[in-house]
Amino acid sequence: MTSVSMTVNGKSASGEVEDRTLLVQFIRENLRLTGTHVGCDTSQCGACVVHVDGKAVKACTMLAAQADGSEVTTIEGLAGDDLHPMQLAFKENHGLQCGFCTPGMIMAATDMVNRLGTDLDENTIRSELEGNICRCTGYHNIVKAIKDGASKM
Amino acid sequence: MYETHYHRASSAEDAVEKMGTADDGKYMSGGQTLIPTMKQRLAAPSDLIDLGHIDAMKGITVDNGKVTIGAATTHAEVASSTELGSACSGIASLAGHIGDPHVRNMGTIGGSIANNDPAADYPAAMLALNAEIMTTKRTIPADEFFTGMFETALEEDEIITAISYQAPQKCAYAKFPNPASRYAMAGVFVAQHADGVRVGVTGAGSDGVFRHSAMEDALNASWSSDAAAACDVDEADMLSDIHGDAAYRANLVKVMAKRAVEAAG
Amino acid sequence: MSEGIGARVLRKEDKRFITGNGKYTDDVRNEGQCYAAFVRSPHAHAKVNGINKSAAESMEGVEAVLDGHQLTGDGIGNIICGWAITSKDGSPMNMGAWSALATEYVRYVGDAVAVVIADSPANARTAAEAVDVDYEILPAVTAADIAMNSDSPQIHPEAPGNLIYDWEIGEKEATETAIAGAAYVCEMDVTNNRVAPNPMEPRSAVASYDASEDHYTLYTTSQNPHVARLVLSAFYQVAPEHKLRVIAPDVGGGFGAKIYIYPEEIVCLWASMKTKCSVKWTADRTEAFLTDAHGRDHISTAKMGFDANNKIVGFQIDTIANFGAYMSLFSSAVPTYLYATLLSGQYDITNIHCNVRAVYTNTTPVDAYRGAGRPEACYLIERMIETAARELGVDPGELRRNNFIQEFPHQTPVIMAYDAGDFAANLDAALAAADYAGFEARRSEAASRGKLRGIGLSSYIEACGIAPSAAVGSLGAGVGLWESAEVRVNPVGTIEVLTGSHAHGQGHETTFAQVVSDRFGLPTENIQIVHGDTDKVQFGMGTYGSRSGAVGMSAIVKALDKVEAKAKKIAAHMLEADEGDIVIENGEVKVAGTDKTLGWHEVCLGAYTAHNLPEGLEPGLKEGAFYDPANFTFPAGTYICEVEVDPDTGTTEIVQFVASDDFGTIINPMIVEGQVHGGIAQGVGQALLEQAVYDDNGQLLTGSYMDYAMPRADDLPSYKVSHESTICPNNPLGIKGCGEAGAIGSPPAVINAITNAIGNNDLSMPATPAKVWAAIQATSLKEAAE
Repeated sequence: MTSVSMTVNGKSASGEVEDRTLLVQFIRENLRLTGTHVGCDTSQCGACVVHVDGKAVKACTMLAAQADGSEVTTIEGLAGDDLHPMQLAFKENHGLQCGFCTPGMIMAATDMVNRLGTDLDENTIRSELEGNICRCTGYHNIVKAIKDGASKM
Repeated sequence: MYETHYHRASSAEDAVEKMGTADDGKYMSGGQTLIPTMKQRLAAPSDLIDLGHIDAMKGITVDNGKVTIGAATTHAEVASSTELGSACSGIASLAGHIGDPHVRNMGTIGGSIANNDPAADYPAAMLALNAEIMTTKRTIPADEFFTGMFETALEEDEIITAISYQAPQKCAYAKFPNPASRYAMAGVFVAQHADGVRVGVTGAGSDGVFRHSAMEDALNASWSSDAAAACDVDEADMLSDIHGDAAYRANLVKVMAKRAVEAAG
Repeated sequence: MSEGIGARVLRKEDKRFITGNGKYTDDVRNEGQCYAAFVRSPHAHAKVNGINKSAAESMEGVEAVLDGHQLTGDGIGNIICGWAITSKDGSPMNMGAWSALATEYVRYVGDAVAVVIADSPANARTAAEAVDVDYEILPAVTAADIAMNSDSPQIHPEAPGNLIYDWEIGEKEATETAIAGAAYVCEMDVTNNRVAPNPMEPRSAVASYDASEDHYTLYTTSQNPHVARLVLSAFYQVAPEHKLRVIAPDVGGGFGAKIYIYPEEIVCLWASMKTKCSVKWTADRTEAFLTDAHGRDHISTAKMGFDANNKIVGFQIDTIANFGAYMSLFSSAVPTYLYATLLSGQYDITNIHCNVRAVYTNTTPVDAYRGAGRPEACYLIERMIETAARELGVDPGELRRNNFIQEFPHQTPVIMAYDAGDFAANLDAALAAADYAGFEARRSEAASRGKLRGIGLSSYIEACGIAPSAAVGSLGAGVGLWESAEVRVNPVGTIEVLTGSHAHGQGHETTFAQVVSDRFGLPTENIQIVHGDTDKVQFGMGTYGSRSGAVGMSAIVKALDKVEAKAKKIAAHMLEADEGDIVIENGEVKVAGTDKTLGWHEVCLGAYTAHNLPEGLEPGLKEGAFYDPANFTFPAGTYICEVEVDPDTGTTEIVQFVASDDFGTIINPMIVEGQVHGGIAQGVGQALLEQAVYDDNGQLLTGSYMDYAMPRADDLPSYKVSHESTICPNNPLGIKGCGEAGAIGSPPAVINAITNAIGNNDLSMPATPAKVWAAIQATSLKEAAE
């Protein structure tokens, strides 16, 4: 067992966990923040994307212990009282259907804007989504949503 | 995943010391390959020694054309390095196409090279760039470092601390990604040095990363995409699987070499 | 702004999803939660000689290790297929026994033989590895055509030669005669590749047993919770229906894979009773690949005969369908009544005959996957007509037009009676949107860049809204395929609609509310859609086969009719007017031609105070309805795909994709377009990327996203989607359904475009870069030889 302590969505969070505990398990099971999802075992689908120290990572491919001392933001902590512009853009552009990949998509999209700015073209968005899989939307409206949301960030 | 013991190393020496007390320890850098492998229960180290927080192993310097990249430098850092952008954009471009943006924020050059996945990108660059792999014990030329699929010259407790090379006159990498995994089905790194051309090939070979000497000869004779495309690539040396047979991979090696030469200019 | 029918209303359900507050099955965690890990066969075919559980039983955190002998000993029944198909010789289909935990034989890699219940997923998994199963490995077979050979391994004693049924439809002799007399016959062998559905949320179940009430609760990833409860109760004897609550909360995509009741749900319920623990199981992605029912996997040979005027005179098809190791819930209907009945396509064909043999193999069971049978029919017809056009030297669009059915209703020779459509209108719209006339110029321009450009068409028709219960009953269905609704008007005028449909991405909470809003002029925020919980909602049939609009909404309309009639009675009494003069609009109840008005809420309150009701009228305002469809519905359209192929690598880039669909009435264009986008992406995935591949020993080689290529954003284009609608005459809203069209219509358009680009028609799905490159090489060699 190991003790981990980090800041999650602005609040300090700590716990005694098995060393093998993944960050996504810590978030979902210890903190009961279930908006971060697990859709594959091979670090490809991106349903688990969160920000650690301001950078998008796959929470299924990081130990909770690796994130000890870090600042973590999950989908639940993205917005304050109002929706984040990227969340709103996903709604306004019908960028989600079943909603399962959506938290990871939104966290990947905000990271994309943090790195590449607010004026994103379609090709950039499509290639930057390599690590996020959606089975419902055919990506058409996700791409539109990210372009729109980026322009409003 | 089986239970393990996590240790965060503060320095390379600390990491080696921690490895010395572990039953069946394993170094972990970004963990982007090791953690999925452990999740599938295909690896079960008793101890994990995390190299990801060792500041001395991070960072990029370019001094008089001599490029040094700390082993714990992430792919994202290599991809976005302005120093590399001007001194050796080929490696920055390669790093920008490893995995996906989230993986690039965690995965490191040292981890990739130490793992020597036969479809990983960096090993091809190390061979073509004639890099030196610096470890806690010694300096190993790339030509002697990669010894077969997932095999390297590293000893159990040895850690890569940095890689270093003299920036070539020109270089570039072209990769054809596997449609599923997006790892290289064929990746070719070409580099033109003052003393000749070196070509590293990953993803395609049946025994992991290798230098393609016929391609090097062809490009030494004529640095042109036509020379690359006309070069013979032996199907017998190629991998064959559900994604592509040896004939297809041999073709891809030629096409990627051609595109890399075009990109290098 | 109107929020009624046809309005682009943003989704009411989105807020919880975009903020991370969706509640999926794996998000449920009960007090003292235990976890199940399944012991699965690593062999495709083996005899189980024994199971030694003792090491596992003594491991840390283990509550129980349970096997199939205990399961059957407790009276849990075998898993069944619910649609009886009769072979052409009159014999019933040969269904092999399927126990949720195998006892004597395992028949595919992933077949469950035991389960460990433990205090954590990791402890359960570790103990499952310690269960020692003594397997006697038997030879395996994975390809359906080979499975029928006399020397192939026999998989079920009930199905000699592994043949489940040998079925036919249409007139064999007449079709053979017509083809024999044809001026030209197009002959093709066509394979429809096996794909894995891959909803992003893996299947999951959380089962709890309350001993004091002798009552079970199951949270599960289901498209049809009532059907799950019925089958779990009536066929598997897990618990009586009134003692079992099934809840399908937010479900992360289904695409067919979440229709069926799988071994894991049965075992979790049973294990919760055995252990007195709440038992949770969530598939990892590899388990999903191994156990979620796969789709497609047909091998067909076909002949399409044309007369001298290029009219199709006969179409004959012989199909072998791979069912995998067991017959899944609806498997038998897919290559028969959902496939062969659509083989007339959009064309006026007098003579059609199709023979279908269904075959067991040592692979994952196969069942309905988005489109279910209709994509297989469409792919066959549309590749053949495109091929025929090329061989006849006529324009592929014009050959289609020349054979289009022009008048409706139209009775095909394969059961279906098309009720409405305008196939030429959709063809013309697609040709215009694609700038078909400008293609040759684009091809030349691409050639100057070293790219091979091609264009391909597909004019699909499908059948949705399945279907009149009496009709499907006569064809062997074990259930009726109606839908239910209850409309509850509250005393303040807000409305709850309880529907038997289930949403797992389709946006019912919005579109169903729009139907209600349209009726009374109420804002959608005043309307709540309730679904997915057998304790809350009356029996319903669930969501699959694009039926929630045509059938589910029709049930709501019927219930609304009753609510409206009663509200008018009450209002007429309150306003001292004639019932026939009452009009309800914009949230007001008026007497036509007067200024007498009541607020909708006043009438509703009046219904519940009951102080002033017409004589004999019951208080309250709540009505239910069951709607049984009068016919299938027939969405149709034309898709045009344009590709550029890189001859050096064989990589295909889709540079344009145009869809023109006829879905009948559209409730919310935004949501309909989203359904088309997603359907096309799945069809393009099947055409370019996806295939479940087994090796000769029956090992699944594509058991993760490392080897199974899921379509990603950079594999796909943006789509041009439009509609040319005719109204469905057989349901009250005129809806046809839109959920599967994209997946049905797109694969042949993609392959027709690639074969057009490379000049080689010998190409199968998925058209991977390696395969396309090899086809280009073959063409070059052939040209060189000539």
